[in-house]
Amino acid sequence: MSDLASPRGPAGPRSVPPGGEAIDFVQLLTPDGARKRPAEYPLDVDADTLRGFYRDLVLLRRFDTEATALQRHGELGLWAPLLGQEAAQIGAGRALAPQDFAFPTFREHGLTWCRGVDPAQVLALFRGASLGGWDPAVHNLHLYSIVIGTQVLHAAGYAMGIQRDGHVGTGDPARDTAVLACFGDGATSQGDVNEAFVFASVFNLPVVFFCQNNQFAISEPNQRQSRIPLYRRASGFGFPGVRVDGNDVLAVYAVTRDALDRARRGEGPTFIEAYTYRMGAHTTSDDPSRYRPTGELEHWQQLDPIDRLVEYLLLTQTGDERYFAEIAAEADALGVRVREACRSIPNPLPESMFDHVHVEPHAQVDADRAWFRAYQSSFETAGGAA
Amino acid sequence: MSGPGDHQVADSIEPADVQTLTMARALNAGLRRAMESDPTVLVMGEDVGALGGVFRVTDGLAKDFGDERVIDTPLAESGIVGAAIGLAMRGYRPVCEIQFDGFIYPAFDQLVSQLAKMHYRTAGAVRVPVVVRVPYGGGIGAVEHHSESPEAYFAHTAGLRVVTCATPQDAHWMIQQAIASDDPVMFFEPKRRYWDKGSVDLRAASAPLDRARVVRSGERLTIAAYGPMVRTALDAATVAEHEGISIEVVDLRSLSPLDVPTLVASVERTRRLVVVHEAQTFLGMGAEIAARITEACFYQLEAPVLRVGGFHTPYPASRVEEDYLPDVDRVLEAADRVLAY
Ligand SMILES: Cc1ncc(C[n+]2csc(CCOP(=O)(O)OP(=O)(O)O)c2C)c(N)n1
Repeated sequence: MSDLASPRGPAGPRSVPPGGEAIDFVQLLTPDGARKRPAEYPLDVDADTLRGFYRDLVLLRRFDTEATALQRHGELGLWAPLLGQEAAQIGAGRALAPQDFAFPTFREHGLTWCRGVDPAQVLALFRGASLGGWDPAVHNLHLYSIVIGTQVLHAAGYAMGIQRDGHVGTGDPARDTAVLACFGDGATSQGDVNEAFVFASVFNLPVVFFCQNNQFAISEPNQRQSRIPLYRRASGFGFPGVRVDGNDVLAVYAVTRDALDRARRGEGPTFIEAYTYRMGAHTTSDDPSRYRPTGELEHWQQLDPIDRLVEYLLLTQTGDERYFAEIAAEADALGVRVREACRSIPNPLPESMFDHVHVEPHAQVDADRAWFRAYQSSFETAGGAA
Repeated sequence: MSGPGDHQVADSIEPADVQTLTMARALNAGLRRAMESDPTVLVMGEDVGALGGVFRVTDGLAKDFGDERVIDTPLAESGIVGAAIGLAMRGYRPVCEIQFDGFIYPAFDQLVSQLAKMHYRTAGAVRVPVVVRVPYGGGIGAVEHHSESPEAYFAHTAGLRVVTCATPQDAHWMIQQAIASDDPVMFFEPKRRYWDKGSVDLRAASAPLDRARVVRSGERLTIAAYGPMVRTALDAATVAEHEGISIEVVDLRSLSPLDVPTLVASVERTRRLVVVHEAQTFLGMGAEIAARITEACFYQLEAPVLRVGGFHTPYPASRVEEDYLPDVDRVLEAADRVLAY
């Protein structure tokens, strides 16, 4: 089988052949900006929607770039850049209905963007000022998950709840609800993720598994996680899998919307592999020069998710230089806003570490808090006396 | 095994027998020597190959020993430990790396129900000489799940040896001793001390793997610490000395078994004990030590054994970790209290 890695040589051949032609996936927009119209994924988007995608991609990239810079300036402890994955995340995020619920990884800044989470709340986590920052119910978006794969089981359970609420297959578009479970290619090796597939399959859950195959789990190429294309795993679990060009926002949008519709209709889970590339470092602590094959980044830069949309907007005369300049100015303004917001994130009060350990009073936590309070004030007294 | 710590590598070492190394480099050199002297030693984990591990502890090993012996595994901790058990059954000595403390829990079953019990349930027929390296502890400004101290879970589990190094010298030797041990060993590495430098004597270990060590002698009280807190305890002792208080510091090194005799000998002289660790005090190592010392030294003790450790909360956001973690002030506060009796 041509898509099997060689049986030995642990690294195997790279899955990205020069030019990328051998990868078959759903594509609606070629890297040159030409529109394709696969019959299974009909998509008619009006000019405003198209421009909206463009705006999302550009602003998201700016946010991400600013955050990387903020980390370099010591304002954030860490940042996990999404550079290169904008289309995958915006396509999926914009496909969600308001009532749908999503479970992100820690790199899902496009999803938080689509779900209206204030960028400062995302930054607070990476600044070390909070462990999360938002109420999942307000945005229908769970917190970032750092322990790889754990959130995928939560998504399955949440979908079980939706099923029990009778919010599946009623035909009422405002009521039927689906769950989007996000994870990376590396996560597919975790037991939790595979267990989630089993739960989703046997209970026919309204969940869409959205895997961004960005080719790496830190330094490990995805051949270290799978000998077959990831989307084909789904068939073994008993539900459909589809691979989509993850750098094509229209294709990701169409495929995800279709899968979410299916889930809401009560037809069960779908696995989507969004085939993309992490153009930046794994995190700001990482040094990709240690493992990135030469030429690979340059290859993927040719497939940039924003460039092809620019081509298409120009081609269809939905966007012109004036419009692009307008968005660029908006991105600059966002950059300023993000920098200021980040710098003004307040440090948590030390005593707040004792908050929310339990719902109900807990004697041990209360005792530790009381000790800490007395200990703190012993310094104040000492300081005041001096 | 012949006895923890008997293992010594006596090869001639150049250029110098004593080198100044960071803890990360000292571990790297220790792993390298273990791999050179025993072809069954394997290194396995996430990103341990080309990347050399996120802390570079396995740097260069894949290049020199090949990917049959330095294995970049799929992203699955249960898989790493479970497969290591199988490899051990087949005669290998796997050294697993868990990337960060907070990611060890997916492997919990394989560690506590499988690895820990294999020798026991096979009535001694199967040995599983697996080492599980865990960078642990806080103080590096990290995001969630990257700063935890889970050692007590494993010390609580019969069948696992649990050790932790505090200096480059011990890091270098203890990793070799752990690999040489025929028991499974949980090897906790204080990640915030990875970049601390110290001299490493490449000729001999400081002590066997299961021994504590008095790392500073003193008179008025004993501080028992391990891993990242040994330096904190030593710093506290230095400050106290300026105030005329002489503190003895014991580096526990082994958490299971505990070297109770070394502690008892110290406390019999100083008559006071403070135990310091980053992990929560509630049911932490300090609780066991307090019970043991109270029993063994009841008539010598001038004060109850006090504990300094983490609060009963999850590890908080890093902007407040300095308030969470025990520091010199917190250690001295406990010293004052124990001396006030
Ligand atoms: C259980 C667990 N093990 C290890 C890690 C350390 N880690 C963080 S991200 C990562 C790679 C994740 O790869 P992938 O799932 O492909 O997502 P990506 O980072 O590429 O977006 C690893 C190993 C972790 N966070 N959780």
